[in-house]
Amino acid sequence: MATYRRLVINEVGDVTVVHFRDQKIIEDLRIQELGQELFQLVESENRKKLVLNFSSVDFLSSAALGVLIKLDKKVKAKQGRLALCCIRPEIFEVFKITNLNRVFIIKSDESDALAAI
Amino acid sequence: MRLAMSDETWVWQCERVIPSQAGAGQCVEDEIVRELERLQWPPRDVFSIRLALEEALVNAIKHGNHFDATKHVRIQCYLSPTLLRISIADEGEGFNPADIPDPTDPANLDRPSGRGIMLMRSFMSRVEFNERGNQVTLEKGRSPPEPPPDTPART
Repeated sequence: MATYRRLVINEVGDVTVVHFRDQKIIEDLRIQELGQELFQLVESENRKKLVLNFSSVDFLSSAALGVLIKLDKKVKAKQGRLALCCIRPEIFEVFKITNLNRVFIIKSDESDALAAI
Repeated sequence: MRLAMSDETWVWQCERVIPSQAGAGQCVEDEIVRELERLQWPPRDVFSIRLALEEALVNAIKHGNHFDATKHVRIQCYLSPTLLRISIADEGEGFNPADIPDPTDPANLDRPSGRGIMLMRSFMSRVEFNERGNQVTLEKGRSPPEPPPDTPART
């Protein structure tokens, strides 16, 4: 398995659970690196069921949302499933304002997210 | 459009000029956030301000100055006990904010970009662009303190 600088990867059954090493997902170059690592999971490692756990993330910008949208497209192109969980209220507000809570499967905890995909 | 003049008493202010490089605004963001935290602004306000500031700085560096190393971004920040005002100016040609498509329109929902201005407007009390569109002024009024969780709401 590849080494990840921005992500921590765990497997629960056939689902890949991703935690983030960064508390704040903002800086442009880091977001690019984060995107490359997430895309690699789907494109190179052929993982089709992903849960992104945001419990360690206390801030993200719209550039990070862009990475998640691209990831969602890549997962869907492989007939896979993507769910997000453990998003703190301020960040969830960002998803709500942009209507992205309608695009993503978002659950309050990891077990619900695992069950949803 | 100009912001309404106010009688605010500024207790802290700063002016910074940063290069047009990815991540160059981080130190200014951190400086302003530190000051807000020192003055005990509510965490939700601090989150909102950091988000709007991040979006405005990225817009200025990326879309305004196109990462041009010869161009700079100027940030002016004024802070009173109840109001924060930040102006961010780039050296680009400017743009018309009305030309930005609504990112919540179903046709645009899967676009990876174009949400910054909407987030600024949602999280700040006031967002104004100058006529040329190369300067944005953000204002945030300090929220009242939240009551403790066990305090019954008054009716």
